[in-house]
Amino acid sequence: MAEYRTHVLVCAGAGCVSSNCKAVEAALQDELEQVGLAEEVKVVETGCIGTCDLGPVMVVYPEGVFYQKLTPDDAREIVNEHFLKGRIVRRLLYKAPQSEELVERAEDMDFFRRQYRIALRNTGVINPEVIEEYIARDGYAALGKVLSEMSQEQVIDEIKKSCLRGRGGAGFPTGLKWEFTYKAPGEEKYVVCNADEGDPGAFMDRSILEGDPHTLIEAMAIAGYAVGARQGFVYVRAEYPLAVERLSMALEQARSYGLLGENIFGTDFSFDIGIRVGAGAFVCGEETALLTSIEGKRGEPRPRPPFPAVKGVFGKPTLLSNVETYANICPIILHGADWFLGIGTEKSKGTKVFAIAGDINNTGLVEVPMGTTLREIVFEIGGGIPHGKRFKAAQTGGPSGGCLTTEHLDIHVDYESLKQVGSMMGSGGLIVMDEDTCMVDIARFFLDFTRDESCGKCTPCRIGTTRMLEILTRITEGKGEEGDIEKLEALAHAIKAGSLCGLGQSAPNPVLSTLHYFRDEYEAHIREKRCPAGHCIALLKFVVDPELCRGCGLCTKVCPVGAISGKRREPHQIDTDLCTKCGACQEKCPFDAISRH
Amino acid sequence: MEAATRGCQCHALRAQDERYKRLGEIIAQYAGQPGALIPVLHHAQEVFGYLPHDVQVLVAEGLDVPLSEVDGVITFYSLFTSEPRGKYKIGICLGTACYVKGAAAVLEELKKQVGVDIGKTSADGLFTLEVTRCVGACGLAPVMTIGDDVYGRLTPEDVAGILDKYIQAEKNGKA
Ligand SMILES: Cc1cc2nc3c(=O)[nH]c(=O)nc-3n(C[C@H](O)[C@H](O)[C@H](O)COP(=O)(O)O)c2cc1C
Ligand code: SF4
Ligand code: SF4
Ligand code: FES
Ligand code: FES
Repeated sequence: MAEYRTHVLVCAGAGCVSSNCKAVEAALQDELEQVGLAEEVKVVETGCIGTCDLGPVMVVYPEGVFYQKLTPDDAREIVNEHFLKGRIVRRLLYKAPQSEELVERAEDMDFFRRQYRIALRNTGVINPEVIEEYIARDGYAALGKVLSEMSQEQVIDEIKKSCLRGRGGAGFPTGLKWEFTYKAPGEEKYVVCNADEGDPGAFMDRSILEGDPHTLIEAMAIAGYAVGARQGFVYVRAEYPLAVERLSMALEQARSYGLLGENIFGTDFSFDIGIRVGAGAFVCGEETALLTSIEGKRGEPRPRPPFPAVKGVFGKPTLLSNVETYANICPIILHGADWFLGIGTEKSKGTKVFAIAGDINNTGLVEVPMGTTLREIVFEIGGGIPHGKRFKAAQTGGPSGGCLTTEHLDIHVDYESLKQVGSMMGSGGLIVMDEDTCMVDIARFFLDFTRDESCGKCTPCRIGTTRMLEILTRITEGKGEEGDIEKLEALAHAIKAGSLCGLGQSAPNPVLSTLHYFRDEYEAHIREKRCPAGHCIALLKFVVDPELCRGCGLCTKVCPVGAISGKRREPHQIDTDLCTKCGACQEKCPFDAISRH
Repeated sequence: MEAATRGCQCHALRAQDERYKRLGEIIAQYAGQPGALIPVLHHAQEVFGYLPHDVQVLVAEGLDVPLSEVDGVITFYSLFTSEPRGKYKIGICLGTACYVKGAAAVLEELKKQVGVDIGKTSADGLFTLEVTRCVGACGLAPVMTIGDDVYGRLTPEDVAGILDKYIQAEKNGKA
């Protein structure tokens, strides 16, 4: 690759694909041909670089210049200005949200500077469709090391020693799972990867599958060797077609290189991996349900024990881990457990990938050492809240988790600290909410989700979530009654106690957590029929501020029910009896004189 | 809609239908493999657009599983459907990131424009409106998919224009 003077990484992750990065890349290639630079500038299509809402993005090396929000014409301009004349195209640079300064290089952006990438070490850096690029960055070296130098016990000991914990939610020590599966009696064993990524609002696993599929394949092969399995399965959710495509391609390449299949590296270890595609059931992310689904059945959870390590897919001992957990394996093998132990907090070692989304300036994917504060993640890496709004809360753990508030901004995020404040790490989804978010409505949203996704096997989960949703809906519609909060609490405890799997056991968490931190919002809805965040439509009142209104009359024209009246050049009024709360007038008013309370 | 399942010409009709030939191939490819039912249903739904009763019967026979189990699996998983669907499946994401960024308003606009409620197909058979729970493009929230296309950073105002692209394509295709 030495003959190229410049490398351009063009993100082809799912986010950028939907912002039309393919057209940008085509224009880039075409212009390079036209100006005769195709031999000097190499274009590399990568997985998600992390800054999805700035897409399409590209990074130009060796300088590391980061260009964002590109159109095909922008790409042509970059060729002519930057590559031909050596002039950076400043209008396509990233502008830091707080200081409003232009940042030239990716490594100088707060978003990248504060990250520590282990699981994402290759994502956004290599072309995931070219196995040689993976191999050039120590790819398959860990598998080679394991097969040539280490016994099964040594591999398991190294993982145990690293204190790696499961990144799929519960944080169970990974090395112990490997040991249990290894020690479980039986000739036939399986290795399974949970790539169901059910938390709606999280896309870490997707990015690894699409951006660095070989890291998963290599780690599963190492796991297969360690526990004594010949066959692996990756269970991917159906909503991720690009992930399935890239993983299938990577599996083919690995087979053709002899890195999967019979007698890998000429040893007597044989291993292969199959893909299973989900079919839209959140509960299938739960491990026992997932295993049943691989068997081709209804994905209903079953009681544990027996744990998958003893009785998993097809009744055989099975090691089941999350995508990000596997993505940590090869670096641990190559650099050693001691290196890994040097990163993170006392009980949570290594890093965590977060998918930051919601009301935040830099949405995207970030990997930070365990113990990074919420403030750093939200305000420094994430660039804070857009439109000058105030931070209100962040949800971690998805529908099973809870919210963190301003009082938690300085906690050092790890498994223990989040649990202590009533939330959980979960898989890494981090949804930021600004002051306009109604926490009662958010709780209602999560209950709507879990009620929808309950498999229905346990009555408390099925009926209880339905009842809770009814009450929450009533409250947001202004029909809340005294005693509703107590009913919610009673139901929450009944559901937690009477549910078989984690879905039911954790479904009430978003309600309990918002009740704990935002009880006053519930009370305002119930007692005063008021939504403090100004979100719940049924509780809103649209009013004209007479100080600001210039009497232009625009609002009277857009109001579909004729609820607004007033003389020209005089303050107007809204008849609240007629008003249907459509919000049309507020949008139209050029003087921001209409507000909702 | 399921004429092929009734009457005595069904075999003759099926024999002429490429789709049934494909189904036969898929079943043959998976028969005997453990856990084949879900992959086979995925393929079958790709071929037929949905899973009508006669296809379910063929899958059950071909894989040697009880019809009740096939039905049980189809009803359990939300992506399988035994009802025909529109030519384009609209999936409006109601995942957390999209919800926080105002997906509910986009959904309302979609309902208005397509003229149907969630889970239903427009009268012209062009669109089926469905809710998805995160397609992993959360950075672009709110997001919707139409067929294989993904649209991000949506506002209710965008909806009409996007739908129109498909409506126009359909008109031109037919002309
Ligand atoms: C309702 C429910 C949904 C889950 N969804 C996922 C998921 O989408 N991805 C995942 O890795 N783990 C999920 N889990 C956790 C798994 O059951 C399991 O603990 C995990 O995959 C183990 O991998 P790890 O040890 O690497 O974390 C879910 C659990 C429950 C109860
Ligand atoms: S707790 Fe809910 S989702 Fe879990 S097995 Fe019971 S009914 Fe199904
Ligand atoms: S649009 Fe605004 S300024 Fe004009 S009349 Fe209405 S409230 Fe007053
Ligand atoms: S998809 Fe391109 S930056 Fe995430
Ligand atoms: S929440 Fe809508 S794409 Fe993830």
